[in-house]
Amino acid sequence: MENLYKEYDDLLPKSILDEIKEKVPSSISQTRLKKILEASHKEWNESRVDPGECVGLVSAESIGEPGTQMTLNTFHFAGVAEMNVTMGLPRIIEILDGRSHISTPMMEIYLKKSHSKGTDIRKIAQSVKESRLKDILSGISINVAENTISLELNNEGMKELDLIPSKVAAILGKSIKGWNIKNERESITLKARSKDESINEIYKMKEKIKEIYVGGVKGINQVLPVKRDDEFVILTFGTNLKEILKLDFVDHSRLRTNDIHEIRNVLGIEAARQAIINEVYKVIENQGLNVDIRHIMLVADTMCTTGNIKGITRYGVVSDKSSVLARASFETPVKHIISASLSGEIDPLKSVVENVMINQQVPIGTGVIKLMMQSKKELKSSDKKD
Amino acid sequence: MVTDVYLNGKFTGTVDEAEEFVEKVVTERRKGKITNNLNIHFDKKGQGIYIDVSKGRTRRPLIVVKEGKSLLTEKHIKQLEKGEISWSDLVNQGIIEYLDALEEENAYVAFFEHELTPEHTHLEVSPIDILGLCTSLVPYGNFNQSTRLNAGSKNQKQALGFYAANFNVRMDMDVNLLHTPQVPIVRTIMHEISNYAKHPAGQNIVVAIMSHGGYNMEDAVVLNKSSVERGLARSTYYRPAIAEELRYSGGLIDEICIPDKEVKGYKSEKDYRLLNEDGIIYPEAVVQEGDVLIGKTSPPRFLSSMDEYNLASSTRRESSVGMKHGQKGIIDFVLITENEEGNKLVQVKIRDQRIPEIGDKFTSRHGQKGVVALIVPQGDMPFTSSGIIPDLIFSPHGIPSRMTISHLIELIGGKVGALSGRYINGTTFSAEPEELLRKELLRHGFRENGTEVMYDGITGKKILAKIYVGSIYYLKLKHMVANKLHSRARGPIQLLTRQPTEGRAKEGGLRLGEMEKDTFVAHGAAMLLKERFDSDKTVVPVCEGCGLVAIYDEFKNRSFCPICGENVTISNVEMSYAFKLFLDEMKSLGVYPKLNLKSKY
Repeated sequence: MENLYKEYDDLLPKSILDEIKEKVPSSISQTRLKKILEASHKEWNESRVDPGECVGLVSAESIGEPGTQMTLNTFHFAGVAEMNVTMGLPRIIEILDGRSHISTPMMEIYLKKSHSKGTDIRKIAQSVKESRLKDILSGISINVAENTISLELNNEGMKELDLIPSKVAAILGKSIKGWNIKNERESITLKARSKDESINEIYKMKEKIKEIYVGGVKGINQVLPVKRDDEFVILTFGTNLKEILKLDFVDHSRLRTNDIHEIRNVLGIEAARQAIINEVYKVIENQGLNVDIRHIMLVADTMCTTGNIKGITRYGVVSDKSSVLARASFETPVKHIISASLSGEIDPLKSVVENVMINQQVPIGTGVIKLMMQSKKELKSSDKKD
Repeated sequence: MVTDVYLNGKFTGTVDEAEEFVEKVVTERRKGKITNNLNIHFDKKGQGIYIDVSKGRTRRPLIVVKEGKSLLTEKHIKQLEKGEISWSDLVNQGIIEYLDALEEENAYVAFFEHELTPEHTHLEVSPIDILGLCTSLVPYGNFNQSTRLNAGSKNQKQALGFYAANFNVRMDMDVNLLHTPQVPIVRTIMHEISNYAKHPAGQNIVVAIMSHGGYNMEDAVVLNKSSVERGLARSTYYRPAIAEELRYSGGLIDEICIPDKEVKGYKSEKDYRLLNEDGIIYPEAVVQEGDVLIGKTSPPRFLSSMDEYNLASSTRRESSVGMKHGQKGIIDFVLITENEEGNKLVQVKIRDQRIPEIGDKFTSRHGQKGVVALIVPQGDMPFTSSGIIPDLIFSPHGIPSRMTISHLIELIGGKVGALSGRYINGTTFSAEPEELLRKELLRHGFRENGTEVMYDGITGKKILAKIYVGSIYYLKLKHMVANKLHSRARGPIQLLTRQPTEGRAKEGGLRLGEMEKDTFVAHGAAMLLKERFDSDKTVVPVCEGCGLVAIYDEFKNRSFCPICGENVTISNVEMSYAFKLFLDEMKSLGVYPKLNLKSKY
């Protein structure tokens, strides 16, 4: 038995061999197993891409063609309490362009069992949300005569963030220089140390104070607790993967974000590649279209091979093409020709576009196969050497 | 409450009681004390009154309504019929007023008189007002989707008809004339108003809605060959050929004549055979592609001071006007005149009869356009039990998705009209009701729903289904295959790129574009792809020393490089001429495009 498997070690990938081992009953006869392996090997060979197959172009057309149908049927969730997330063609463009600032960054925070029952879900959600001072204020006023700003704190707001006036005062003290901070029971008074502070300056300070960060996770602008099946999930608008991962009530294994660049920075390029595949596939599935996942995988691979995320744009993947002509044929030709002529670039003419342009055989399909033949002269000279 | 008042978009003052003010202006206008060219709009939200008397506003007439009663009474209508008063009298009396887009915002307009309530301020003169001229020519338009009405009116603008009674002395470009145009049986009020009988654009033909061996799928239609031979949808296509004796500097002038054999670019004697002594073709001559219509010679192009003494180079150029590629016809008439500059001007009108053929485009007035896919001999056409043979077979699959109910109603209407010998009123919103048409059809001894028993023309068997057949007004559209059919194997190329020319008129190639190229690549058909793009293939000698294009000297039968001389290896490289041009353009920009050669094998 083992010998038979060994024979196929080089012929079939390990995952398939393992699957056969696992699924085949141990009582199977030698000849039947051989038949199974033979059939698997045949099937495996047939499902492989042929040499010279133009996978990139086929992928491009396979994603592009359904894309033309997508623009027409974009769905809107007007007035629904769900968050308005970019979907459809704009989202695909956004991902494939490799944009670092996406239009709707979003996270799905799953909670550990002990927190997901929903008893304190509001509080947890609030603690995740980035809070600024204005969120816990019930009033703010300027006393022009005394050059002071007085803040009235909102008890409920503070409660949700586990804050007390003294703590708030301490945060203020850290971020503001040159002002005296006096902390009373439910209000804080700020007084300028320099006496000749103009009203304009004070007003500016008032606006600045409002925006001071007091708690929660930076970058999370909105939270929405939602019930999914039996557990509560927090949907957020805005992302901060690094900080959310640090929170102890979060189920790290199911945490999701749609910001691919953030995934790349926190979890690495392999995770980012998978994220691209997931996100693109999700959109395509959502539209009820059918694209083979391998096409998307290929695109994700090309975007990630350098270790950084490169978009399918003239600044991204296209700029990495070795051929000047190929680059020039895709947007901004003048730029590429000028820079190539300045640096004396050599075009190796190894890809499709440039060979179409100069009317040479395209190294794809039948074009990659070449016949090698030794001439009589060469044969004779090699005979002599022997 | 103070409201701003704007006159022609400019702030002019304020008013205390806005509503009162607006009402006063309107009543004064209706009384004729203020010009009826003035429109006033009260913006309740933005608190502003906008008065406009400027030009260029689109305005439309409406009947004024007071306390739920139309000001236009039976009395007025009777007076109108007798001709005692006119439209402008009604406008002056304040019974009808013109509103612009802004004032319309303050109006509450009723569609029909019986719908009036005390809240209404205006009444539509006629509901057909919402349609334009061409759209109101569609009968039973209110049974249709608006998109179909748009398509229907668009198609009517392309129909061939009787465009002008003086057509035979006119010199219009690209004109078609329908031979036996008819007035539609099912008509709208707009046909009367627009004097449609003076310029009809279609024919009433018998239409059966059924399948015919799949030859009318995908919007195609099947025509009856005998109907075509009897003159159905026959038309004439006219186009002029124009030549002018241009004057050049130095007193030189074009000459309209039969060109001399010495003339540069002389075609052949055969091409000039139809010209009279004056160099112009005679009327009723049958002309083919390539024939010369007006013989003309021009003075030599580059006449420098040196050449004036050189007799050899003073030969004139041939610049005749001939028939273009793919054209044929008969000379209709010849016009010799003078233009504004006093130059001799010759115009020749060519006429070509167009008999309906496979590929010509037809449509009813309901956006149901289609292309002729088959012309069937009358004997093979299906026929009804009374012996009626349809002129055209329309596919039923064109109906459900497009929902052109008017097309179906016109069929019944046309049938009834033809049987009763009268016109059917199909005006949108006020047409003869369908039920009455059906009853009338029943009285004529036909099935009420318009269907009839039909027999297959080929087998003679009775067709199991009853076929919906009747008369529809059909239009022949100006898109005819004779003007479009085109193919090419070899032909002219462009001078600059050596690629095939573009377009039918220049006998151009059919472009294998970027996306078509992709299909070859996706199939891995590299050799086929290369062959397809071989149209501008050239072999260029390249110097391996400097990597630039070398020169081949045909006299000495050897190549040399203008830079490196003769003692370098020069290899012949096959490339597209466009790429060679690209290399030349690079060089002209001061960029050195060096080719590094290497054996391919």
